[in-house]
Amino acid sequence: MTAPHTRPTLTLGPVLFHWDGPAWRDFHFRIADEAVIDEVYVGETVCSKRQPFIEPHLPEVIDRFTSAGKRVILSSLTLITLERELRATRDLAGQDDFLVEANDLAALRHLAGRPHAVGPIVNVYNAPTAALLAQRGAQVICLPPELPANSIRQIASATPQVAFEVFAFGRVPLAISARCAHARARGLHKDNCQFVCGQDPDGLRLDTLDAEPFLAINGVQTVSHACQSLVEDLDDLVAMGVRRFRLSPQRCDMVAVAQIHRDVLDGRLKAMEARASLAALYPEAPFSNGFLHGVVGAAWVEGRHRLPR
Amino acid sequence: MELICPAGNSAAYREAVEAGADAVYCGFRNETNARNFPGLNFSRDEMAAAIAFGHSRGVMSFVAINTFMRAGSEQLWFEAVDDAVTAGADAVILADMGLMAYTARRHPAQRIHVSVQAAAASVDSVAFLVEAFGAKRVVLPRVLSLAEVRNLTHQAPCETEVFVFGGLCVMAEGRCSLSSYATGLSPNMNGVCSPASHVRYVPQGTELVSRLGDYTIDRFAAGRPAGYPTLCKGRFSADGRVAHSFEDPVSLDALGHLEELRKAGVKALKIEGRQRGKAYVAEVVSTIRRALEARPEARPAILSRLSRVSEGQRTTAGAYDKRWR
Amino acid sequence: MQIPAAIRLALVPAPLFLVEAGARKAFEVVLARHPSLVDRLGAYAERTFGFASSDLPFAFVVTPRPATIRVVRSIEPGMADACAEGPIVRLLALLEGRVDGDALFFARDIVVSGDMEAMLALRNALDDCEVDLPTDLAGIAGPAGPLVKRAFERIRTRLLDPTTWN
Repeated sequence: MTAPHTRPTLTLGPVLFHWDGPAWRDFHFRIADEAVIDEVYVGETVCSKRQPFIEPHLPEVIDRFTSAGKRVILSSLTLITLERELRATRDLAGQDDFLVEANDLAALRHLAGRPHAVGPIVNVYNAPTAALLAQRGAQVICLPPELPANSIRQIASATPQVAFEVFAFGRVPLAISARCAHARARGLHKDNCQFVCGQDPDGLRLDTLDAEPFLAINGVQTVSHACQSLVEDLDDLVAMGVRRFRLSPQRCDMVAVAQIHRDVLDGRLKAMEARASLAALYPEAPFSNGFLHGVVGAAWVEGRHRLPR
Repeated sequence: MELICPAGNSAAYREAVEAGADAVYCGFRNETNARNFPGLNFSRDEMAAAIAFGHSRGVMSFVAINTFMRAGSEQLWFEAVDDAVTAGADAVILADMGLMAYTARRHPAQRIHVSVQAAAASVDSVAFLVEAFGAKRVVLPRVLSLAEVRNLTHQAPCETEVFVFGGLCVMAEGRCSLSSYATGLSPNMNGVCSPASHVRYVPQGTELVSRLGDYTIDRFAAGRPAGYPTLCKGRFSADGRVAHSFEDPVSLDALGHLEELRKAGVKALKIEGRQRGKAYVAEVVSTIRRALEARPEARPAILSRLSRVSEGQRTTAGAYDKRWR
Repeated sequence: MQIPAAIRLALVPAPLFLVEAGARKAFEVVLARHPSLVDRLGAYAERTFGFASSDLPFAFVVTPRPATIRVVRSIEPGMADACAEGPIVRLLALLEGRVDGDALFFARDIVVSGDMEAMLALRNALDDCEVDLPTDLAGIAGPAGPLVKRAFERIRTRLLDPTTWN
């Protein structure tokens, strides 16, 4: 970040799922009041139709975080096709009160020359791209979740002027479409979706024909069934030059999830114990860390296969 | 409108030229292009020869270098651009911003086309790439409706090219990690989606099960055509209801919209299918060429023969019909 | 698209060694006329491919490098890394690069098993080689070459059209 951190930053990612307005607000209030989170990404990134649900609560949530001394970063939409989405993105990128996370090239255009953050769905796969974005004002880059450790190490060491962040906890955003698979699964069209995605606050589980849980649908977005957890890799990632760790909100006690990560980062808790505690907090899905280890993304690579430093 | 045709090898390149392509797009035989399939694509010599042949017949060549550079191995991608420029490529089709920056700096006269993998879906995204790297053309994602294509083409500060026939990505291109989640290999990093190396067909009773990595993607009754297990075209179960959760196994056919695309100001029409071979290229390109030269009312009869190409598959006009969403 | 019953019956008693001798000659000629095939296959050239004809009483087991071909009654597990099974005319169409890469898998008139990637590599490599059996094999027939070529072409046209490919 702007001041050099000796202590890695814990961030809370934007809520990816469609939670109703009051639940969304109360969740953030509790994070503001209780969680050992340093910075928070706020905003609807998945579907512009959901924006009216959280907008009424946005000012009070931002105030609560600011009062709690937690920095707020406003996240932009991931897939922009409509005129009103474009206007909203321009407005967001045009304000100077908060740092903005660009999740699409459109936002990058309007943020050029001013400090900003770059989200995990912007394709930063190598150092030349990171350097280019840094030159245009990117201070923070959350790397794509599918990047393996070798790439993260290369990029972080070649681009020390950027504070790199990785997706450390949560179901991984894997794809986004102009079509809504959630509405489709409920026999509806996107234009008349009745916001059915709100019925599945942790995503709608998709099983294979062998009844094996595989993916989860979150409106127009598809996320992993497995919950990515890099809790056993935090030390290695810090050694590689990663300075920020993103916890992506799931329907579980995120205050406790944050505490566990803080304790591991600060050396108060062993990674193996942390993993067991996380599993107890979020039993809905198995953990994965395969992307980081350069294998099948859904896989879990045991701690004894440490990453080469 | 220009007709932009696929070629996975020299034979297909020649077929495309003979069949009436205005430009042929192709890639080198490595992970720098998004159809990095075994046995496919061009060596440096084959590429140079193909481009020279194209030029002798007044046909342009676009070289697709449209995967994302692997950190630490950027040289592979830089050399691909250098060699495409040396071979006389009329355009390079790029997705990686770092590679676009390199190309703009090192080869300022080289035409850059923005690959569909770059995910430029709005006028501001396009403008960003034009302002930052001098891109001359953008290939639009297959997620846009006709109205959106028209709007974008009117406002964009560069030419637009759209897919009209062939494979259909349901997900926004260049932003999909479904394949690597299941197999470890992705379009962005490895130039493959649902790769053949991870495909198995397993007989189970009277059924044939198609698997990708450790996951069942679909089942087929005896004697029924078995689809390729492309992840987003699979059947899954949500709340106990089995369906093609993302998309039926359909391919794109937007040829019914040629007039609207022309009126929208679209500069070029693109045919998908570098992996499908010379027979496909010859048939599809010659048919679409004849349709383009015919009066609009005569087109449906000409185009009807393409249904054979999609045998075993239904087609859709995709997002060009707003109802698709 | 099955071959005519009369031809099929005539071939049933054919001794394997005779078929193998003919197949080996044809295989050598095709490889000699299309050296780029093995190059293009890269490491896949060393895989073993099985081609089981569903309408003839024998199957072929082929390795491009080093070039070997065997004719067997049926392909047993472990004989080949990848196997394609279908009517002989469809298998020949595959050899000539007339089978669409996508259709190879979903058409179901050829059933592919084993190493899908190797079979896909072979299809892709063949697509560029422009193998043309009537022309390629006419040389084997010596002075009767042109006659044999025309006969081949007639058979192929009759058997394959109107679905020349896919």
